Parts: sequence; structure tokens; C-alpha cells
Amino acid sequence: MANLHRYIPMTEQDRTDMLSAIGAASIEELFRDIPEEIRYRGTLPVSPALDELSLLAHMKELAGRNAASDSYTSFLGAGIYDHHIPVVIQHLISRSEFYTAYTPYQPEISQGELQAIFEFQSYICELTGMAVANASMYDGVTALSEAGALAAGATKRKQLVISRTVHPEARQMFGTMARGLGLEIIEVGYANGVTDLDALQAAVSANTAAVLIQSPNFFGALEDLAAIEPIIHGVKGLLVVSTNPITMGLLKPPGRLGADIVVGDAQPLGIPQSLGGPTCGFFAVAEPLMRRMPGRIVGQTTDKDGKRGFVLTLQAREQHIRREKATSNICSNQALLALCASIYLSTMGKTGLRETAGLNLQKAHYASNEIARQQGITLPFSAPFFNEFVIQLPAGTSVKDINSKLLKDGFLGGYDLGLAYPELGGHMLIAVTEKRTKAEIDAFAGRLGELADDSDA
Amino acid sequence: MTATHREKALIFELSKPGRVAYSLPPCDVPEAAPEDLIPAAMLREEPAKLPELYEVDVIRHYTELSRRNFGVDNGFYPLGSCTMKYNPKINEDTARLSGFAGIHPYQPEESIQGALELMHTLQNDLAALTGMDQMTLQPAAGAHGEWTGLMMIGAYHESRGEKRTKVIVPDSSHGTNPASATVAGFETVTIKSDERGMVDLDALRAAVGSDTAALMLTNPSTLGLFEEQIVEIARIVHEAGGLLYYDGANSNAIMGITRPGDMGFDVVHLNLHKTMSTPHGGGGPGAGPVGVKSKLIPFLPKPVVGLRGDGTYYFDYERPDSIGRVKAFYGNFGILVRAYTYIRTYGPEGLKHVSECAVLNANYMMHRLAPYYEIPYPGVCKHEFVMSGRGLKAYGVRTLDVAKRLLDFGYHPPTIYFPLNVEECMMIEPTETESKETLDAFIETMIQIAEEAKMNPELVLNAPYSTVVRRLDETTAARKPVLNCSCG
Repeated sequence: MANLHRYIPMTEQDRTDMLSAIGAASIEELFRDIPEEIRYRGTLPVSPALDELSLLAHMKELAGRNAASDSYTSFLGAGIYDHHIPVVIQHLISRSEFYTAYTPYQPEISQGELQAIFEFQSYICELTGMAVANASMYDGVTALSEAGALAAGATKRKQLVISRTVHPEARQMFGTMARGLGLEIIEVGYANGVTDLDALQAAVSANTAAVLIQSPNFFGALEDLAAIEPIIHGVKGLLVVSTNPITMGLLKPPGRLGADIVVGDAQPLGIPQSLGGPTCGFFAVAEPLMRRMPGRIVGQTTDKDGKRGFVLTLQAREQHIRREKATSNICSNQALLALCASIYLSTMGKTGLRETAGLNLQKAHYASNEIARQQGITLPFSAPFFNEFVIQLPAGTSVKDINSKLLKDGFLGGYDLGLAYPELGGHMLIAVTEKRTKAEIDAFAGRLGELADDSDA
Repeated sequence: MTATHREKALIFELSKPGRVAYSLPPCDVPEAAPEDLIPAAMLREEPAKLPELYEVDVIRHYTELSRRNFGVDNGFYPLGSCTMKYNPKINEDTARLSGFAGIHPYQPEESIQGALELMHTLQNDLAALTGMDQMTLQPAAGAHGEWTGLMMIGAYHESRGEKRTKVIVPDSSHGTNPASATVAGFETVTIKSDERGMVDLDALRAAVGSDTAALMLTNPSTLGLFEEQIVEIARIVHEAGGLLYYDGANSNAIMGITRPGDMGFDVVHLNLHKTMSTPHGGGGPGAGPVGVKSKLIPFLPKPVVGLRGDGTYYFDYERPDSIGRVKAFYGNFGILVRAYTYIRTYGPEGLKHVSECAVLNANYMMHRLAPYYEIPYPGVCKHEFVMSGRGLKAYGVRTLDVAKRLLDFGYHPPTIYFPLNVEECMMIEPTETESKETLDAFIETMIQIAEEAKMNPELVLNAPYSTVVRRLDETTAARKPVLNCSCG
């Protein structure tokens, strides 16, 4: 007990007084219920303690061995994007009343969090054009998997059709979950960078619970939701759409195009990249599916004096009441990151979100033109896109090698599509956000051209 | 009525057309009309109805919301089973270093060696702490860890050509345990606890069989009691061919004192937002890494972080028997940075000290409250204990009312009405970061409320009085749901 630690207030005197109140001779006595044969008597082989100065130095050293987006120019997206994060966000989410609280079980002293979530749900409904949204989920990929599970439950069908243009990691995760739930997944291919509608039509049947589509899809291309909608609704299945919330500044919401469930990842809305997590999934449904939604939901009500207030609601769906019959096993949300997204949308507002989406659109199209002008580089797909597009490098090019070279020049190059699509070796997925300047785009296009030329030779 | 007690406007109600709170660069590339780039049918006809505010509106709105919220930094938060310990500020600083917060999951591995080293070290530290052979850091929360662990258990049995469909849980278990079992494709078998709140060995013997996939257990249990017969429990389950799953929600009691791996568990999850002090964030993000014994390593989700002979770190995807992916990318990395930072402030001896102090605090509170509230399981407790408020029912006062009255004294109440097998239950977990003075003041308040309940029950029944809103109508909220403001 000679340990003094800045997070622990126990003094020698406290220990003596407390043990005497209990009537125990030692702390050891409080562990007498643990059988000796399973007591750990050594020193755990975990990393040793560091004082605050040494720990800060150690953490900075580890962080310093990573190439961060404040010193490298990023053209990397594929699900996680280098958007501008308005400075107010980190200040506000650092208010410890938010981040040191738990799930708002006691609504009278949690109105701040509950109202923040209610506003988040309202924002998501407005962006997606849906009737109801939940308090958020682990990430966009989990949200899509949960949407598939919901669709299977709601339609009492076991088969789901998913496009190969959906994020590969989302399809992998859904595959894991489907095995547990005993669901069958049919993958449908693509043509010209978007879902092959003929193949989709052929795959969908009266056994199909839902079609799962991402738009903009993994290649950055916009799917023709208006053409997909009648295919699945024709067999009374559900349309699940995963989308990028930034695009809602310009694009028609999936809810207006007949989607039954709209999900996505809120990372573009002010959430740091952080090696891909934590982010925040959003989940919105049409009215009839409300009571089947997974996760937490906040509702408005009044207190005993008639004053407006907010509570966790529709808890009859949840595991602490329903246990094995719950709609999902998820009992938390990503409250702090939902708060990030809300503050982002409050800061951007009506004109700012539109302007941000516009900058992404313009810069990405400028970049695609500039890159396509380079010798040996082509654009394999002509479908409309938002801020991300695919380029094809000369045959035999290793995207991995090109990215290593780009890194030396201070660029984070695009995603190597060959990793997830064997047929797309030598293809790179490039993202261009509002942060990229014309000078950076020009320099990147020029350098890519040189490297493509080298590998051509 | 103070300013904070007024009804708070929604962010949408503050909007005034013409205001902006953002600052974006002008477009420096040649522009085309959006309809020349995207088919007009795909474009929005009118902008999303987001509010129009200026920066001070945004700051004041969320600052006011924060003032209407209660966190560990505001005061004592003895919410049982949630381990609401102090959330160190250094964790927040390290996670925000640009070399951690500003890196992309698909960067070349050579450009994230520091991050990979951190993950690899954390994998090893958590494995050592739990007595497991290998960890995955992917799961985002405890429930996510449960599901991941059960999927691995399913894959393990399948690889041995066995079809095992049932997961056994005690009736005192967290509700996520049976819910996770369902999502992982298992049937749940619930067994009764004995009169001391422990696993009833006869009920367990009767429940296990050739269809048993696993037993899920929290130890210490949700009653704050250590399962003294854990070795025998493990033997019964293993002899039937099943595996043992450890729900690590209560790990704050046992660090450096005993390890799930040594108790006989095969799979373990930890809640880093509990035991490792990464904040709860108002409900998330958290992290729920899962550890396994060697026989389950082939089934871990991919990728795991590996170390090559030349000292470089890499993502290992070459895992043919893996259950696959359970989360986008590599897990909640920002939370992992905080947990690693926390471990390094303590080291092995320090972590043991954490558990010793947490257990001493809980036992002290239990003994001091015993004369005033019924303690259904006397003896020693671990990091938390349960007590029953049923003695106050004679005065018309229920545990819910006691909880609401605590709000007036500036405390977050304990967990109430859980576990289900204790009537009018209160589950109290003080954690190690609270002082004797704080515990004493809370105890005095609890004694005072018990007195109030007898002398002036109306006072307790109508609480709280000091909060920004009073008791809320939850029934109407669920019957006629208003889930967004439709005022965008």
C-alpha cells in the first residue's frame, strides 16, 4: 500500500480506518473468497508504469512514427475521409459533463445528453428523408449489418441481396453476422462502376428480404436508386441504402426515393479519422419499422410540471427487458460522436453543408480530369460520382509500390482496389475533399503521371 | 427559477435565416454546374432544413446542454456494474495527438508503425492481465465482444465436428448475454442462482450436456460476489465439452489478484470504458477486446496485429479459420490509445492497487449501510455490492424514489432494479478513485433518505426538486412516440 497514485485518494490512515470499520485485519482478508489455487501471486507481465512526463514523451514518440494527415496530403478515402473539422467541435465535446457521463439512465440529470441525441435523431431524419432514427450505432458497417438483420426479421425471409459495390468490409462483417443468424447472402456484380441492374433483377425473388445498396458506392459512383427501388418493392422486400451524409448537401435523400432503411457512417461529419475508429453509425427507418429498430432511442415527453423533457424510450425492444428476444444485442450508442456530428451540422447549417458538398464535388471532378490527362492513366467507369472515383494505372502496375513512393513525396495515395477486388489490380480509388487545394491536386496528378510513366516503361 | 431551469430551446428553434457559423475556402478549381456533373433527378430540389446559426449560438447551445448533464467530473457516480471511475485527462490528450487522431486505416503499414506497436503492446498487456493467450481489439463494446466470443466458440465446436446449440446463462446475468447468444445463433438456457446468489451447481449439472456450447459468467457476479466454486463450475462445463465465456464487466475487482484464464475461462471480454478508464462518452464509444486461450486463436477475427522477425508490425490477414470481420477496420483505435495510456500510468503493481482499493471502498460502504438497508448477501463483497430497499416499502417508498431523492443531493444514483433476483435492488460500485470523505458523505445521505422515507415519505416520493426537469412521463413517451422534432 505504499503506492501513491494521483488517481487514488486512499491514505494509510484511510485504509486503517476503513478496515477497522469493516472488522477486517487486512485487505488480503477481503479476498478470502478467492480460492488459493487460482490466486495470481506473481507480478503481471504488463507494461511498466511511467511518470506523466515520461508517458507523454513515450506517447508522442509512438504518435510521431505515424504519417498524419496534418503533415501529409491525403487522397485516401474508401470509407474514412479527411474532411475539415470545425474547431468548435473539439472544444465542445471536451466538456466533461458529456464525456464522463454514462448512458442517460437518470433523465432528470441527463437532459443535456438526451436533448443532444434527440437533436441528432432529428438531424438524421432531415438528412435522410426518413421518419425515425435511433441514437446511433458502433459504425456504418455495423448499422448496415443490423439493417439486414432487421429486414430479415420484418419480412420473415432469410435471403438478402447485396451489391458488390457495397464497402468490402461491410460485406465481410455482414457475412460474419449472417452466419450467426442463419441468413443467406447473394452478392450481385457491377457494370460501369454501379450495381448491375439486370443481375440484380435476376437475383431478387419472393424469398428476398432486402436489397442492400451503398450510394455513393465503394467506387464513389452514384447508384440509380430510382431504378433499384421497384425491383425489390415488386417482391415486397425492403430497400436498404447506406449513404455518405455529406452528400445530402446536394443529393436527393434515399428516403425520398423509396428506401425503407437508411444507414451510414457519420465520420465525415466532424469525426477524426483515428485509424478508422471510433466513428458513429446512423440508422433511420420508415415509420412501420420503428418498433423493430435496434439500439437506443430518445423520445420527447413532459415532466410532472408539464415542462418539455426527453427520455430513453421504446425500451420494450431492448435486452435488459427482452433478454434473448431483444431486437439486437446492442445496448450502447456512440453518444459522444453523435454529438460531434450534431455540432458539425449545427455549425455548417443549411448553406454550409451544401457548400461543403459542392466543394467536394467540384474538386473531385477537377482532380479526375487532371489525373485522366496523365499518360497511361484512364478512368474505367463513367457513372456519375461525388467526391471519389476510380483510376486505372498501366497494366502490371503495383498500386502498393506507387503509394510507397507517393508517401515519400508527402502524399497519402488512393486505396488499392486490387486488395478487395481481384479483377481490379492496378486500380486506385481516389478521394478528394474540400481540404484539397488546386495546387495539391495539380502536384498529385503530376506525380501520379510520372510514376505511371515509370511503371509503363 | 434559475436560468438553467427554464425550458431549453432546441437547436432548430434558434435558427435565423442569414446567419452562418462556418468558414470555408472559396472554390479554387474551375466550377461546373452540379447538374452537368450529376443527373438532375439525383439532386436535391431544396437544401436540407438545417438551422442557420452563428458560432456563439452553437457554443452557448451545447455548453448549456452540458450544464444539464451529470458526469463523473460533476460528482460521485456509484452506478453498479458500470465502473464510473475517474477518466484521466492525459488519456484525452494522447488520443488527440495528430499521429493517432489523424491517421487513415488504409495508409501503408510502414506509415503507421507507431500505432501498430501500440496495438500489439496492448494486445499483450490485456492477454497478460486476463491470463489469455491472444487478444482481438476489434469489438466496439462489451456486447460486441460477447457476440464475437460466441461466434468463435461456435466455430471451435464446428471445427471439431460438433453441433452445440445452447448457451447457459445464470438468471443474474447482464441482459446482453442472452441477446448476444441469440444473434450468434444459439439458444439460451437460463439457470437459477442458489440462495447465496451463486451458480447452483445442481442446476448447472442438470443443464449441461452434449448440446452445451458455453456457459457465460460474470465473476465477480452482478451481485458483487466471487463465485467460490468457479473451479468446479469450469470442470462441469468442460467435462460436458462446453467452453467458458467470461463477461469482463466486473474486472475492476480482480486485476493482479486472480485471472479469468486461471479460473478456467476460455474466452474473455474486457470493457475498456469501465476497467481501463476510457470515458463512457455519454453511452459510447467504448471498446470490448476479446481474449482467447490458444485452442481458439485460429478463430480470432481478422486482422490481428503481428510482429515480424525484423521488428516491424503488420496486419495479419492470413487466418483461414477466422470467423471473419466483426467491425470496420481495426476497432475503436482512439479508445485503445486511452486504455494503453491508462495502463502505463499504473503498471502491474498499480493495477493491483486499483482493484484492492476498489474492493476496500465497496466493503466499507456495505458495512456502514448495513444497519439502514437490507444487505441480502452479507460477508465480503468485491468491487460492488447490492442492497435492497424493500424495508421502505412499508412507508410507500420504493427504490426508484430513493434514487430520485439522491439527485437532490448531487449524486448519480446506483444501478436500480438490477439484478432481477433481488427485490427493490440497488447496486453500488464506488470505484477506487473516490475518497473516504466522499463515501462518508454519500453514506450519511443514504441514512438521511431512509429516515425521510419513514418520517416524511411524501418528501421522497415527490423528489427530485432541484433538477432542470422533474419526473418525466415515460409511459406517454413510449405510447405516443415523438422521436424527432420535425422542425428542421
